[in-house]
Amino acid sequence: MPGPMGRRRNMGQGEKAKNPMKILGRLLGLIFKKNKIKIIIVFVCIIIGVLANVQGTLFIQTLIDSYITPMIGAENPDFMPLLMAISRVALFYLIGAAATYTSSRIMVYVTQGTMRDIRLDIFTHMENLPIKYFDTHSHGDIMSVYTNDVDTLRQMISQSLTQVFQSVITIVSVLISMISLSLPLTIINLVVISLMFFVTTKVAGRSGKFFTKQQNALGEENGYIEEMMNGQKVVKVFNHEKKSIEEFKELNDNLYTASYNANKFANMIGPINSQLGNVNYVICAIIGGLFALSGFWGFTLGGLVSFLSFNKSFSQPINQVSQQFNSIIMALAGAERVFDLLDEEVEVDDGYVTLVNAKYENGELKETDERTGLWAWKHTHQESGETEYRELKGAIVMDDVDFGYTDEKIVLHNVDLYANPGQKLAFVGSTGAGKTTITNLINRFYDIQDGKIRYDGINVNKIKKSDLRRSLGLVLQDTHLFTDTVMENIRYGRLDATDDEVIAAAKLANADSFIRQLPDGYNTVLKGDGGNLSQGQRQMLAIARAAVADPPALILDEATSSIDTRTEKNVQESMDNLMKGRTTFVIAHRLSTVKNSDCIMVLEHGRIIERGTHDQLIEQKGKYYQLYTGKTA
Amino acid sequence: MLKTLAHNIKGFVKESIITPLSMILEVIMEMLIPLLMASLIDEGVNTGDMNAILYYGGLMGICAIIGLFAGVSGAVFGAKASAGFAKNLRMSLFEKIQTFSFANIDKFSTAGLVTRLTTDVTNLQNAYQMILRMCFRAPVSLIVAMIMTFSINAKLASIYLIAVVFLAVVFTFLMKATYKYFQQVFDRYDDLNASVQENVTAIRVVKGFVREEHEVKKFDKAVNNLYKLFVKAENRMVSVSPIMMITTYACIIAISWFGATLIVGSELTTGELTSMLTYCMNILMNLLMVAMVFVMITMSLASAKRVTTVLNEETTIKNPENPDYNISDGSIEFDNVYFSYTEGSEKPVLSNINLSIKSGETIGIIGGTGSSKTSLVNLIGRLYDVSSGTVKVGGKDVRSYDIEKLRDEVSVVLQSNVLFSGSIFDNLRWGDENATDEECINACKLACADDFIQGFPDKYNTHIEQGGSNVSGGQKQRLCIARALLKKPKILILDDSTSAVDTATDARIRRAFKEEIPDTTKLIISQRISSVENADRIVVLENGEINAVGTHDELLENCDIYKEIYVAQTSGNGDFDQKGEI
Repeated sequence: MPGPMGRRRNMGQGEKAKNPMKILGRLLGLIFKKNKIKIIIVFVCIIIGVLANVQGTLFIQTLIDSYITPMIGAENPDFMPLLMAISRVALFYLIGAAATYTSSRIMVYVTQGTMRDIRLDIFTHMENLPIKYFDTHSHGDIMSVYTNDVDTLRQMISQSLTQVFQSVITIVSVLISMISLSLPLTIINLVVISLMFFVTTKVAGRSGKFFTKQQNALGEENGYIEEMMNGQKVVKVFNHEKKSIEEFKELNDNLYTASYNANKFANMIGPINSQLGNVNYVICAIIGGLFALSGFWGFTLGGLVSFLSFNKSFSQPINQVSQQFNSIIMALAGAERVFDLLDEEVEVDDGYVTLVNAKYENGELKETDERTGLWAWKHTHQESGETEYRELKGAIVMDDVDFGYTDEKIVLHNVDLYANPGQKLAFVGSTGAGKTTITNLINRFYDIQDGKIRYDGINVNKIKKSDLRRSLGLVLQDTHLFTDTVMENIRYGRLDATDDEVIAAAKLANADSFIRQLPDGYNTVLKGDGGNLSQGQRQMLAIARAAVADPPALILDEATSSIDTRTEKNVQESMDNLMKGRTTFVIAHRLSTVKNSDCIMVLEHGRIIERGTHDQLIEQKGKYYQLYTGKTA
Repeated sequence: MLKTLAHNIKGFVKESIITPLSMILEVIMEMLIPLLMASLIDEGVNTGDMNAILYYGGLMGICAIIGLFAGVSGAVFGAKASAGFAKNLRMSLFEKIQTFSFANIDKFSTAGLVTRLTTDVTNLQNAYQMILRMCFRAPVSLIVAMIMTFSINAKLASIYLIAVVFLAVVFTFLMKATYKYFQQVFDRYDDLNASVQENVTAIRVVKGFVREEHEVKKFDKAVNNLYKLFVKAENRMVSVSPIMMITTYACIIAISWFGATLIVGSELTTGELTSMLTYCMNILMNLLMVAMVFVMITMSLASAKRVTTVLNEETTIKNPENPDYNISDGSIEFDNVYFSYTEGSEKPVLSNINLSIKSGETIGIIGGTGSSKTSLVNLIGRLYDVSSGTVKVGGKDVRSYDIEKLRDEVSVVLQSNVLFSGSIFDNLRWGDENATDEECINACKLACADDFIQGFPDKYNTHIEQGGSNVSGGQKQRLCIARALLKKPKILILDDSTSAVDTATDARIRRAFKEEIPDTTKLIISQRISSVENADRIVVLENGEINAVGTHDELLENCDIYKEIYVAQTSGNGDFDQKGEI
């Protein structure tokens, strides 16, 4: 049965695993570790199944020679021995069938269990990878690990593994039986079989080469399709239809040729093998016939019949193995990509300063379990072991910070800044000047090369990442919503928020009125990243999400850029509410968002070139003035 | 559906016929072999006739060789026919999609079209190959084997008949039950992948809110659900193999027993018994094969449906029968226009639009999100057709013009614009295939793109990545404007096309337009007052209706909405995004 998921396995990359044996070992180890007993049972069952099959074939020999031939011509043929023999064989068969059933039943759990574990492992691992990983790997590639690669594994674990094992056992046991019948015939048989194997690997190799070509052609064509479909409206506007059909035709013809060749050779393996198997059968029949006639080594007619049966059951497993060959190779390539992802280093978090709920008792800050709205950093000094509590206020200082995504290329130079609790800091500057990068350093999406960042006087490196991030609300330019209700999407900011708190947050973000107009209000399920909402509405949900988190500090990265001016006016008001009493970092290109900041920093080429309040900067008549007025000073 | 698909076999009809014929020939050869084997044993071995052994052995060898050729020919032609079928399908789909209007594209969505062109076609290719190679082979093999066994001994053969009927019933039942579960599995599986996709794209949100564990928990639950469903589905599936085995074994035992009695009664020879046993596997395996083909076809049905809906889709915007190729000038007139994206929706997107624009005028369009600015301008180039009323260009209904001609004269810089992989020159020449380098550079100068292009190491030969991912938003917008300018249109529409360009450059572009292409009618949609304030007239849209039309000063005087936007943007130049020349 081809895997029902096989339909998805068409876009995997064609290349082979670099170190197939190592990957195979690791994969088998992974499967075996969790399913030791199950796998042993499966193997035992397979052996039983194969043996039952073999003894059935052996029975045919005895059937004719020992039971039927003596009865021929007998006056009162005694069917009793035959009946006994058949009953015995039937029993074996039953055991064999039961064993097969057991093993395939168990394999379902092994396969699906392993698939589940691998999926969960990849996902858990992925969630803990640093942002850098997502910057350097295309989303399509990451997705293809889940869709293509894991699926090829499924096919391999559920089918290839057991089939190869079964085939090997069959080959061995059949071989032994054949030898017991006639050694010379076995040798002849083996010669033909090795010829078969040789031809198969040759053809399979050819096919593999073309499959790689096909994958490349497919990748190229799919890339083109994706690009053109995304740009289809532009194609229409520019009357470019004929041209793109021409280009497509060329790619399509290439794919056709590659696909034709790949399938051609893959298809050939089957008939070549089975016909060579038939030739093998004929050769054995003729030579065996000669043997039987001349009575060589006591070879009998029944022996020949059995032998020929074995002959069939010998070429079959070889056929099977050769057919599994391709799928194993593909699975290993998939497994390699799965392991590559699993081997990526996760985000390290050696911070030990944690964020706790706190309250003042007799003027002293104490840790508490209840949600007080007052937070404290719990700082256990490593040398002295003393625990110190410091109220979370949201003072953030950057001291001579250098940063680069790679060590070779520094993109931020000597950044100094200080934000007092409740202050609003704005960054302006051109695309690529490093505005977003700075905010990404505060919540440690990236780690700095040099300098220090302090949060309430504590080096952020000492703060546990999760607690650090929990204290910083985030609203990004690209809003991302999840497939869930509006309610849950807002609650994402704080999982234990009540419905009322969620609604209050939505009201703060001016989102309440449009949410209520949705078909199911707050229970409307959003799909496809909130695709049915306008950009502005999605932004408002993101603001509500940050509001419900109620963090002491906020990062607003172009949060209102997609909201039109009139709507923004409403949102601005609520954003001001949200920002009240919170340290806020704002990135925006709208004046209205920036103007009332306590400090505006103008960035260029990764350096802060000007800083001050709006009025001060205007007075300076520098870059800010130039940007602001559109005039050159 | 079948007719639409069958149409795509053209050019590969010969292969599509040869393949099943080859497969049938192969099967016949394979069937003959056990028969010859029986004769070989009976007439050769039993009588000690070496000549007979060689005779039948030789015949068998010939059969095997014919079978080999037939098999290989089936392999080759099957591959060719199915690859060709897929090629034709993709081509038909692609060509069809090129005729689609915006409305058609919206209906299927980009992702939907991509899936149809890729995954669905591949599914159909596999299914077609399976059909050609197995659909005839397996049933013919089954039937021939049955006939053979009946010709050997009808009594014994009836055992197989019973087995076949039994298996057919059991399989049908099983497949039905399993199919239902697999359907569920697929849906869940898609959901799961969708949620992974969400996590990948929204990773900053996940991490920013420290929701890694929350997401893992959610995923764990989803994966476990999938696991349970999968186990359910597969547990039904795995009974196929033991049922197969038991039936096979039962047949062997029954045949052995009854065969033995028949041999003793001299109604059967030992050779015939061997042949009977050989056919056993043949018959039952082929039955399984038939079931598999059946499943394959059912599974590809969904793909077939998806593909045919695209192929049978009628484009909503067609060229008129006697198209007008002459567009006299760039004047535009909206006459009582109503428009909605879906027929019969309650509130039209645009209603009661009456607007007359003179050739060469510059019109600013402003309004909040959802005020239908884009919908309004999209009607001019017939990207969509009005629901009622008329849109006229050059004094004639847009629906009377040749579409290609119309779109050449009405150049739209779309809001969500894309560049294509290729050099900057390649991208610019979308506007005019035959544009000289000079013309391209001129257009870029007009669009204020020349400066930054000159800053690239490869200048105009710089390679643009798919979707223009290696240039900044502002650069992309300017390239798109230059591309549109190369068409030398009578009407130029900028749909929020300078939103990522800084105010100063934006002003330079507008100035250049005024000086260099004064005769072109220009429509500028923007969120920024500064982008439209110098226009000859400004249209203020609100909820799909024209709220006011007038000059900047007039509107400041008597349009509340305009005033409000103006005040919100204070001194008018409240934008900081510097040109992205980094």
